[in-house]
Amino acid sequence: MTAYAWLLVALPLAGAAVLLLGGKRTNAWGHLLGTAMSLGSFGVGVATLIEMLAKTAEERETIIHLWDWIVVGTFHVPVALQLDQLSISFVLLITGVGSLIHIYSIGYMAHDENRRKFFAYLNLFIAAMLVLVLANNYMLLYVGWEGVGLASYLLIGFWIHKPSAATAAKKAFVVNRVGDVGLSLAVMLMFTAFGTVTFGEVNAAAESASTQTATWIGLALLLAACGKSAQFPLQSWLLDAMEGPTPVSALIHAATMVTAGVYLIARSHAIYDIAPIAQTAVIVIGGITLIMGAIIGTAKDDIKKGLAGSTMSQIGYMILGVGLGPVGYVFALFHLITHGFFKAGMFLGAGSVMHGMHDDVNMRHYGNLRTAMKITYATFGMGFLAIIGIPPFAGFWSKDEIIRAAFSHSPLTGIVTLIGAGITAFYMTRMMAMTFFGTARWQDDVHPHESPKSMTIPMMILSIGSAFGGMLLLFVANIESWLEPVVGFEHAHGGPDSSVLIPVTLTIVAIGAMMGWVQYAKREVPLLAPTDVSIFTKAARADLYGDTFNEAVFMRPGQYLTRSLVYVDNKVVDGVVNGTAGLVGVVAAQLRRTQTGFVRSYALVMVLGVVVIGAIAAIVGMA
Amino acid sequence: MELNNFILLSAILFSIGAVGVLVRRNAIVVFMSVEMMLNAANLAFVTFAKANGSIDGQVIAFFVMVVAAAEVVVGLSIIVSIFRTRRTASIDEASLLKF
Repeated sequence: MTAYAWLLVALPLAGAAVLLLGGKRTNAWGHLLGTAMSLGSFGVGVATLIEMLAKTAEERETIIHLWDWIVVGTFHVPVALQLDQLSISFVLLITGVGSLIHIYSIGYMAHDENRRKFFAYLNLFIAAMLVLVLANNYMLLYVGWEGVGLASYLLIGFWIHKPSAATAAKKAFVVNRVGDVGLSLAVMLMFTAFGTVTFGEVNAAAESASTQTATWIGLALLLAACGKSAQFPLQSWLLDAMEGPTPVSALIHAATMVTAGVYLIARSHAIYDIAPIAQTAVIVIGGITLIMGAIIGTAKDDIKKGLAGSTMSQIGYMILGVGLGPVGYVFALFHLITHGFFKAGMFLGAGSVMHGMHDDVNMRHYGNLRTAMKITYATFGMGFLAIIGIPPFAGFWSKDEIIRAAFSHSPLTGIVTLIGAGITAFYMTRMMAMTFFGTARWQDDVHPHESPKSMTIPMMILSIGSAFGGMLLLFVANIESWLEPVVGFEHAHGGPDSSVLIPVTLTIVAIGAMMGWVQYAKREVPLLAPTDVSIFTKAARADLYGDTFNEAVFMRPGQYLTRSLVYVDNKVVDGVVNGTAGLVGVVAAQLRRTQTGFVRSYALVMVLGVVVIGAIAAIVGMA
Repeated sequence: MELNNFILLSAILFSIGAVGVLVRRNAIVVFMSVEMMLNAANLAFVTFAKANGSIDGQVIAFFVMVVAAAEVVVGLSIIVSIFRTRRTASIDEASLLKF
């Protein structure tokens, strides 16, 4: 089956091509084709995994060379797929969660007249994301990287008739470009320093590379990761990206695409392992985003934006994890997979709630929905327990391991992750309480109802993943030894023992959850957000002034620059050109008066000319 | 056989022709003045040929005659066609080709 691994990418790509080129003729069955292609890709992934499991750990990495892409002198870039434990884990997450979300979208987008186009874009996304994780070199990875950016842009702006969606799509695209500069810089630096961009060769060359080179490449890759994974300071696009349809938020902006930054850093582990400064930068960025995202999550009344803040925060955990080095890579990726399950599940739950509430996203209009939507309540609840880290749900295992690794690095990083866990418990409890508990604050014409089977079944499957995925991966699949040959693994040394750390973590989580419960389930939730709030709440509601900062520091000066350049262009450059043309015009208008049309005047001029020339010749001849 | 006399005659003929071109309005007369200038030049050529004992000037005079004959054909036909369309042979009337 390994030889047919190209089908992983080809199937969804073919689906996207058929649906986009086929146009309206494919409207009737477009959603079924899209789903089938995604499921087919998942099937190929499972078959590849089974084949891989039969081999020993060392033999599991397979490179499938498809064709040469760039051949210039000694510089070769092949189009080749790298199948190893890391990429197959991502393949299964992408195609598995992706297929579930395809199925969910059949129901969710049932009344949208552009459903076929939606499925075409989803298939395009799956194909691009698979290129990203299957590439065996940074150039091909870049192709996938841009491909998912394009799909993300198209899907955020799917409801293009809403100006907010169009703006959000543009914002995501522009912010991602900033990150992409980092990736292109990293690729160029690798080419200059190592003469190759293939993962294997770069990893081999990195061992003998200078620390300075590795640091610069590491920082450039971090910039790329910040853009794609919505990390500080490029985080602002993710909250706006919630303008897209909810399945998109679940698949692209929670489970898969935004985790590409984590994948990129884990893939480049050899570079980070010799660049402590770059590693520290990764930890700092992860730590800042983890707290920032959590704080933003506490103040949002929009259920999707609350979840988006949470996504930022959880990816902050992963970025911090990969910054820790070999003690953290495996657990960051572990958290990435469990997060893919529970966050996608919760987003689908949020979509289901919106479906029943006339697309109202304001949690202040929810309340007591557990009576009206039992399945959504149960599946969302599983995700809730997983994300706040209650044993034995998935998030507990992965987050606990990251916290332990963080403490082994330094007490400060450990405390940051602990605080993050506490805030996570608070905002998730707030969300849970405002949506499913308390008194019903439904608007007058809203009659909440459970969503159709096509939507609830994917939610159930994801909630099972949220419940048992962590234990399965840790104890049955043994994720440390599974990923170790690719990214390396060391046991965390130092720091407090698990027997101390787990009770402490759980206590902090319990305090956070209690505060959320007392505030939002026991007390009455006002229908309008209170305005007499502290300065901190105001800051959190304004996304910690991320947009304000970008506007003041980048947008306004940029605007002034472009405006002054336009002014210079209009007045100076155009002035010179138009002035020259005007001058010639005026002179010509005067000169043409000499063309009188009278033959005799021309003859007179000729005679005078001859006389003048004759006179000059005579004078010169005499002299 | 004073050389200067011939050259002087040539210059007088040329000047009469040139003044004729400048001051007359009738196209036919202007044309005749142009012919007079050509013949004045021919006279100068022949005179210098005789003085230098060379045949070159005489040969050129023949060329000028041939070219003048051809030019007359073209020029007269233009004048005739202008006269037919505008009912006048005044060159000041044919002044459309201007700014």
